[in-house]
Amino acid sequence: MYSKKVLEHFTRPHNQGVIKNPSGVGMVGNPTCGDMMKIYIKVKKDAKKREVISDIKFETLGCASAIATSSMITDLAKNKTLEEALKITRNDVAEALEGLPPIKMHCSNLAADSLREAIKDYREKNKK
Amino acid sequence: MKKIYLDHAATTPVDKKVLQEMMPYFSQNFGNASSIHFFGQEAAQAVEKARMQVAKYFNANLNEIIFTSGATESNNLAIKGVDRAYFKKEKKKPHIITTTFEHHCVLETVKKMEKENLIEATYINPKKDGVIDARDIKNAIKSNTILVSVMYVNNEIGTVQPISEIGRMIKKNNPKIIFHTDATQAVAYFDCNVEKLGVDLMSMSAHKIYGPKGVGALYVKFGLDIAKIQDGGAQEFGLRAGTLNVPGIVGLGSAISMINNQRIMNNEKIKKLRDYLIAKILKEIPDSRLNGSRIKRSPNNVNVNFSRVEGESLLMMLSAEGVFASTGSACSSGSLSPSHVLLSLGLKPEETHGSLRLTLGKNTTKKEIDYAVKAIKKSVEKLRKVSGSVLKDFYSKKH
Repeated sequence: MYSKKVLEHFTRPHNQGVIKNPSGVGMVGNPTCGDMMKIYIKVKKDAKKREVISDIKFETLGCASAIATSSMITDLAKNKTLEEALKITRNDVAEALEGLPPIKMHCSNLAADSLREAIKDYREKNKK
Repeated sequence: MKKIYLDHAATTPVDKKVLQEMMPYFSQNFGNASSIHFFGQEAAQAVEKARMQVAKYFNANLNEIIFTSGATESNNLAIKGVDRAYFKKEKKKPHIITTTFEHHCVLETVKKMEKENLIEATYINPKKDGVIDARDIKNAIKSNTILVSVMYVNNEIGTVQPISEIGRMIKKNNPKIIFHTDATQAVAYFDCNVEKLGVDLMSMSAHKIYGPKGVGALYVKFGLDIAKIQDGGAQEFGLRAGTLNVPGIVGLGSAISMINNQRIMNNEKIKKLRDYLIAKILKEIPDSRLNGSRIKRSPNNVNVNFSRVEGESLLMMLSAEGVFASTGSACSSGSLSPSHVLLSLGLKPEETHGSLRLTLGKNTTKKEIDYAVKAIKKSVEKLRKVSGSVLKDFYSKKH
């Protein structure tokens, strides 16, 4: 049912945990449907003064694909500029995981939304 | 890899003795039980022997046992058959009473008939402990009630329903009301004497009792008004058209006759292990809770809830550890809807996701239980670490 890649990220998730004093936090999902995801990001400016995600962590309550997509998005977004990170779509995450079961495409593929929320949170906090 | 199977409510392995008895009926004695020649008669005799074995277990007559393809068909035939027979005579809309936590094959049948405007229906909720109160059924009876259908043992939470009490109450109220029970999860562990239970119809399936898949039976009380729902030949007293599944039926008979001899002994052993398993989980894993009554419960069923864990993840992690179980989590169901059984107990949708069903079998050992609890503990701890504070944060943000 699940691809090898999903199982890998489910059993050994990358970047799982919390960032203390994060630059931004995004939380999506709802307890009724069962999948809830929280993404923490640390944003720093690189040599070219671009805002870059220097660290990213997640906490997820949900099924195997919810955990695997969370893990995958942290890999995809790490060291990317905010502009690049915002371009990551649900489909990119699913593709990087070598596909998700069709029924899980919507409900458990919230990681891209969660990342966007975290970036939004960072930008709101840093409005001048 | 260790392989600890704790999903016997889903299905059981075919017992070796049962398989042995079935084997000749595939290639050697392959006759059609409806043929009048030698091969046919050989098959017919095997079917009649099985019918006797089932009838004996149910304390029924031979002409009261109808072989089907399993409990889903038995339940469909019972409910639709009774409605069809009634409608032929009365041309009125009847009323059917069932419960909110029946197996889908009863619930969806009744719901569909209601939607098609063939019947009125009342769905009785179990109490918080997962047991139906006979008085709630009594209060739902109307002048046009023709059928009450209540399962004997719930498939998810293993709670036992007061079938004989409901049976007596119905007949006292109106002897014309037909009483059906889906005994699929009960046959291996409980008395299925139809007279004692006071049932007119009773469904069962072979693969839950160490028999083969694809075969079951429906007990139909002699003289009961019921119509066939499948057209074709006159097999099974004209109630179930279709060539008989001879090897399957032989397997069903063999499996049920084995219970006859071993039930009491097996029950005690399995019950002891079940209680050990429940106590161990509740003691060793924090924030765990048993779903359904601890006492009015099938000897083989444990259903627990772990907060801050999602059931499908838990099943997958357990499967990697070699422990095979089941869950009422929405994510694991094809429909992505939470378990209607757990919802019927008054659980909130979010409380249904972390449920785990462990169902024991006749060969389950204490060593396996010990290993399983260790694996469950490890997996729950791991998943709780992954979920961190997300549930708590969600609520504090919301409220």
